[in-house]
Amino acid sequence: MNTVILRTVAPFLTSLMIIFSIFVLLRGHNEPGGGFIGGLIAASSVAIYGIANGVAPVRRALYFHPIVIAAAGVLLATLSGVMSLFGNVPFLTGLWWFPETTGIPITLSTPLFFDIGVWLTVVGAISAIALALEEKEYD
Amino acid sequence: MEVALAILVGCFFALSIYLILSLHTIRILLGIAILTNAVNMSIFTAGRLTREVPPIVPDGSYVPLEATANPLPQALILTAIVISFSLFAFVLVLVYRAYQELGTDATTEMVEAEPPHEPATPRGY
Amino acid sequence: MATGPADKALVAQSMLNEAPALSDWLVVTPVIIPFVFAAIIVMQRQRVDRHGPIAIAGFVLLVLCNIGLVNAVRSDGVIVMAMSNWIPPFGISFTVDIVSALFALVASVIGLLTAIFADGDLDMRSRRYGFFAFLLLLVAGVSGAFLTGDVFNLYVWFEVLLIASFGLIVYGGGREQLDGAVRYAILNLLATTFFLIATGLLYGMTGTLNFADIARKVPELTAGAPTAAVASLFILAFAMKAAAFPLNFWLPASYHTPPAVVGALFAGLLTKVGVYALFRITSLVFPTPPAIIDTVVMAVAVATMVIGVLGALAQNDIRRVMGFLVVSGIGSMLLGIALGTTEALMGAIIYAVHSMIVMTALYLAVDLIQKATARFRLTELGGLYAVAPLLSTLFLVLAFAVSGLPPFSGLWPKIVLLRASLAVDAHWAAFAILLTGILTSITMGRVWALTFWRPRSEGAPEIDTAMLQDRRLMAPLIALVALTVGIGLFPAPLFELAGLGAAGLTDPSEYIRAVFDLAAHVGVAEQ
Repeated sequence: MNTVILRTVAPFLTSLMIIFSIFVLLRGHNEPGGGFIGGLIAASSVAIYGIANGVAPVRRALYFHPIVIAAAGVLLATLSGVMSLFGNVPFLTGLWWFPETTGIPITLSTPLFFDIGVWLTVVGAISAIALALEEKEYD
Repeated sequence: MEVALAILVGCFFALSIYLILSLHTIRILLGIAILTNAVNMSIFTAGRLTREVPPIVPDGSYVPLEATANPLPQALILTAIVISFSLFAFVLVLVYRAYQELGTDATTEMVEAEPPHEPATPRGY
Repeated sequence: MATGPADKALVAQSMLNEAPALSDWLVVTPVIIPFVFAAIIVMQRQRVDRHGPIAIAGFVLLVLCNIGLVNAVRSDGVIVMAMSNWIPPFGISFTVDIVSALFALVASVIGLLTAIFADGDLDMRSRRYGFFAFLLLLVAGVSGAFLTGDVFNLYVWFEVLLIASFGLIVYGGGREQLDGAVRYAILNLLATTFFLIATGLLYGMTGTLNFADIARKVPELTAGAPTAAVASLFILAFAMKAAAFPLNFWLPASYHTPPAVVGALFAGLLTKVGVYALFRITSLVFPTPPAIIDTVVMAVAVATMVIGVLGALAQNDIRRVMGFLVVSGIGSMLLGIALGTTEALMGAIIYAVHSMIVMTALYLAVDLIQKATARFRLTELGGLYAVAPLLSTLFLVLAFAVSGLPPFSGLWPKIVLLRASLAVDAHWAAFAILLTGILTSITMGRVWALTFWRPRSEGAPEIDTAMLQDRRLMAPLIALVALTVGIGLFPAPLFELAGLGAAGLTDPSEYIRAVFDLAAHVGVAEQ
């Protein structure tokens, strides 16, 4: 789809959607949101960029193959469950840290990393499907 | 409410089984799609219905303050929907590929894996 | 809103405050290890040559962990790990008794050997497609199904292994294979959907999903509860998965179509997951089903045994002979479940272990025959004994084992099942076991005589034994045959484990107690 409007808007739209998806991901900690829908938003931004500029630039921009991103997500999610081994609690139990850097309190926890893993998995898997479909259609 | 949903679920099951008994793969797939919806609704009904009380714990409290809708069936259905949707998508593609390769969607004509004119087994050496 | 201390105490009461023992972690390793290694393999997708070694390393680790798990369960009894620290029945808990641990161990051994075989067998294209990742995912699903103590979680593991098996069965994508894959996919999708219906109704009936909690609640049900309907749905779903008559037709129609190593894996593992689920359901959920269900399962078991082997006898395609023999074996295990005594269940457990090993080996052997001769029809085969004596001997051993002849692993479960059926005066079941044994011997004797012993017919193509020199292809087969011979000659350890496991199935009080002992260790309210 080679319309000038879409090609001009797509980079802004994509970056906005990715920022929003990260916001949804982090917000999912205590409010509605989370890795799954955040990942869907990011994957649709990838799809939009692919529609506007073709699949090859998206693959270049992603650097990693989408399936590799998904696998990294699975690995991160599994390992964040295993972290509870070191906390001496059963598998998948949430562990929390409250480090403070330059006066700003940061909350880190294994559920957060699990959610990031889910985010990566959804982004990777859905982007892989979307890009494969777009390749078929527009090449 | 439960009775109405139970009747609806029954209709869905009847329709889906009718479709699954068909000879054409595409109808079987439509039947499976309806079947998964019927299952989800039957789980929802089996978890008892409560109206308009979302299971949300208010800020500062540790337990919900009144009896709420049962959240567990909703979690189960959400899981089941995601899984069955992805499997359905896979089977849809598979059946489409089979249709392209075999040139038919009639199960009676899909006989590649079990060819009908296999020679008889040898009776001796 | 102010936080009431009473509320906080209420929440704390649902959490554990005791650290799990380090050995408890063995309960979740059979699931964690395959997932981690599968993810690593996919992340290395460009380095295709590394996939095989990574998968094999993962399986070696898995087998070691499972050996540790079997040991831990044997010495400490049932092990429970409450995920996320939520006590049962609020959270999902993995609950492992001897049967679970034993099945998980055998499944990981099968996984290891098929991975070695696949490493020697597959070309680069199928590796790039992610064969080894799917293989690990399949074993993760199978292990999860064996180890979980929650009926909905069991459904999720069924789906995990189903997704992995879909990925494996379509690899290649020839006409024959697509046809087989459609049958496999639709039938298994339907079976898991029936399982989900039954789970939903069971939840509506008992209000819980934890197996141990269900086992406590089911006896308290009122007379109007639809127990028989739910039990029939569960049995229908798992019988479909296990390929019991009259729901067996998909198996011989699909297992021979994908690459043989996939067929070997499926024949070894997938049907046994259905059988394992039947063990669990009959032991914990419906310990005293209505009499009609017992009769039906018994009839189905006998019909599956006899019709399976008759189907095998009629086949000309040796790959499909093996498919029907898998079905026939399922009948023997169902018979153990239908008889329901401790001895019968012990026979069924031993039979399941034997069947996992022997059926995988037979599929691998058939694949080697096909590689050497490029033929798979009895009418066209012949003369293999002259050029491949080792393969001929291995196949003969497997033929003896699957027929239940001494001194191999098939003998013991048949003897136990025979004694168990005579003990409850089920003479016709005993007759069916013996009849199946004889018919299986005839089938396998014919296959062996026609494939190996018969001289090569005039004009038949040359036999290429180059593939049979490949150690990576022969070693897994030799290892499986060695296991068969080992179990046949030294059955005592397996008998001990299966006896303990069967006792745990007929009297699940230890299983239930282990789960609810955890509930005694709840936390006190934090200050």
